[in-house]
Amino acid sequence: MGALLADVAAWFGDSANWTGAAGVPNRVLEHLQYSIVPILLALLIAVPIGAAVGHSGRGGFLVVGVANGMRSLPELGVLTILVTFMSVGLLPVTIALLILAIPPLLAGTYAGVSNVDRAVVDAARGMGMTEPEILTKVELPNALPLIIGGLRTATLQVIATAAIAAFVGVDGLGRILFSGLAVRDYTRMAAGALLIAVLALLADAALAALQRLIVSPGLRTSTSSRRRAVVAPAQPEQLPQSRSTTPEPELARS
Amino acid sequence: MIEFRGVTKRFPDGTVAVDALDLAVEDGKITVFVGPSGCGKTTSLRMINRMVELTGGTILIDGSDIMAGDAAQLRRGIGYVIQQSGLFPHRSILDNVATVPLLLGWGKRKARERATELMELVGLSPEMAQRYPAQLSGGQQQRVGVARALAADPPILLMDEPFSAVDPVVRENLQDELLRLQSELGKTIVFVTHDIDEAVKLGDKVAVFRTGGLLAQYDEPGHLLARPADDFVDGFVGRDRGYRGLGFLSANGLPVGELSTVGSGATGDQVREAARDGWTLVVSDAGHPLGWVQVGQALSGPVDTDALIAGGSLYDTEADSLRGALDAALSSPSGLGVAVDASGAVVGSVRAADVLAALATARRDEAAA
Amino acid sequence: MIDWSWFPTNAERLVPALGAHLLLALLPVVIGLIVAIPLGWVANRSRPARAVLVPVAGLLYTIPSLVLFILLPGILGTQILDPVNVVVALSVYTVALLVRSVADALAAVPGMVVAAATAMGYRPARRFAQVELPLSLPVLIAGLRVATVTNISLVSVGALIGIGGLGYFITDGFGRGNTTSIFAGVILIVVLALVFDALLVLIGRLVTPWVGVGRKAR
Repeated sequence: MGALLADVAAWFGDSANWTGAAGVPNRVLEHLQYSIVPILLALLIAVPIGAAVGHSGRGGFLVVGVANGMRSLPELGVLTILVTFMSVGLLPVTIALLILAIPPLLAGTYAGVSNVDRAVVDAARGMGMTEPEILTKVELPNALPLIIGGLRTATLQVIATAAIAAFVGVDGLGRILFSGLAVRDYTRMAAGALLIAVLALLADAALAALQRLIVSPGLRTSTSSRRRAVVAPAQPEQLPQSRSTTPEPELARS
Repeated sequence: MIEFRGVTKRFPDGTVAVDALDLAVEDGKITVFVGPSGCGKTTSLRMINRMVELTGGTILIDGSDIMAGDAAQLRRGIGYVIQQSGLFPHRSILDNVATVPLLLGWGKRKARERATELMELVGLSPEMAQRYPAQLSGGQQQRVGVARALAADPPILLMDEPFSAVDPVVRENLQDELLRLQSELGKTIVFVTHDIDEAVKLGDKVAVFRTGGLLAQYDEPGHLLARPADDFVDGFVGRDRGYRGLGFLSANGLPVGELSTVGSGATGDQVREAARDGWTLVVSDAGHPLGWVQVGQALSGPVDTDALIAGGSLYDTEADSLRGALDAALSSPSGLGVAVDASGAVVGSVRAADVLAALATARRDEAAA
Repeated sequence: MIDWSWFPTNAERLVPALGAHLLLALLPVVIGLIVAIPLGWVANRSRPARAVLVPVAGLLYTIPSLVLFILLPGILGTQILDPVNVVVALSVYTVALLVRSVADALAAVPGMVVAAATAMGYRPARRFAQVELPLSLPVLIAGLRVATVTNISLVSVGALIGIGGLGYFITDGFGRGNTTSIFAGVILIVVLALVFDALLVLIGRLVTPWVGVGRKAR
């Protein structure tokens, strides 16, 4: 293992691996490019649909069913089939990644919106909010933790699957890995794998930071319970509504 | 005034929640809708701000049909408080209270100033302004709920079982607070509860509903206890209604008798001399009752304040009803109720027999009126 | 598009691949469950343990499977084609998923029930086995379903680096331009996933007969 680490370190130290079309910076850019478009498209498609279904309460079983069904689809198979029928290129890869990104976002948005305490929605309506106001000022802000949870899952999956896409002929970080595989160069494969893992972790960390930035502190139960213990030590009364435990957003991986 | 004229709510599955309800809610008063579950009381309340759309009849607010305008616009002019508080978890307490002013387009600064005023009005300390609902206790959340409903100063306040999820001590607190607020604000309040004691305590008028959305009786609480319209109301009002009804009869004119008292440093001889029928009350220097001594008990030395026999409830001559007076007499070990003034100083005694005589007088007067 | 005669002629390759696929997917579920129950129990009991275990599990879960398949040989000293890599990688994911499930499931057991059991004289170990664990089964089985379905789907990624299972028909079919082979791989994987998901639902109903009874009676 020590020898391998040294080899991988040497690979990263070799300036030849950092320049040109096959260099690390270019591969990272390609990888990001493959990933960002489908994620943005998925946001545009899944969030409005999930929000509409969650707000109206109609069609929930369909959302859950579709999301669960999608989880059993092997990404490699979806990608291969699309490329087989559409020829190699960015379009089939984008479509395949879009298909992957939609279910977690859809399920997260749906679960987030439909799990908002009914009493809160009732109060909002009773105070004179219109339906669009209820959705944008109450339901979506409260659903943000689960929506971002869905976005994080979708992003991880897309970044991971974009690596697999090199198998069907596009580039990105997966290219480093597969070109290593082709010549049985384990060092290069390990280096490519590490790069993908680091990119995935960084993207997830960035979204976690975004979550901390835009989710209301009132929804962070851990913070509030900590602060509550400090600021208000004696609370004889129980909270009237039991906070429903947040359901797991769609978990899927590749 | 809120007027129900032949109001009916029939749900799509055919159940009739409210059946041809006629009722007028008076301005500036608290009207309580009470009844068992499934009696249509909450549905009736929610039809006023169109959270439930009626299927027959009309509801008029100050003469205009609530169905005439836009529902959201109507609701912004009516305060709404619900059982689970329904506070927005993602907004600070201050912003929760400022919700309706912001919806009405007041501008952030003015809305927040108003919200700060209201937090003070309902007894929330200003340091809570930046906290979030999850950091508050149930009782505090309900206070915020009330403040939020009052923010835009609506003439009408709808309260749907607002205090039923908090523990009894906090509930009583909140009820007293509501009565205090109402004495300052004079809103037209419609209050739903399933608790007849709460209804009788808060209501200027009480509407008792029976299952199927029918109005069983609509009356002042004292009358409700004294003369239930039928067996259903009688059963719903519950046991001890005769006794609880005393709570609505003024104790003005109830004779306050003499009461033998001694100071806390009294000797056995002084006690023996002061006692009437074997009992005397020990009072503090300020005249506050400390407890009873029975002759034959503490005759040897001076009065031992630790060995006094605990007294019963006190009858406040300036605030209490006949119920308070009778309870003072019944709960006193000597049979003499201790009457006090507003400061808590002993002013005399009250006897159960006198309370019963006062009750008979009150009934005669009422029959004559 | 699909040549149905391909199936009988390739049956003797399909059946062993199916078996291998199932073994590679389900063995990690069993291993993961055995490891996750005590870890989840600890995470539920102690706050510091939870503060470490849950984020670490989340972190492990972010590593793409292909990456883990490739890096594990370097860590374990196995050969790149060794199926052990796939079993270990999927076990890691299963543990990462189930630790959280077990902890959440145990936390969701009503405190009153646990208190009542303690008051009747249960000792902690027996209380865990006879009260807390049974009551957390619905959430635990939901976690198992996710783990099983994703594992069955993920084994196919192993085919990219030459490890058997049904994924081979996808990569091999792509290499030869044989659509039937690709579809056969995909369809069999989806069917397997759905069958085992349904099986777990059924097992869940059998072992938690009290769930949903109240609703039915009303």
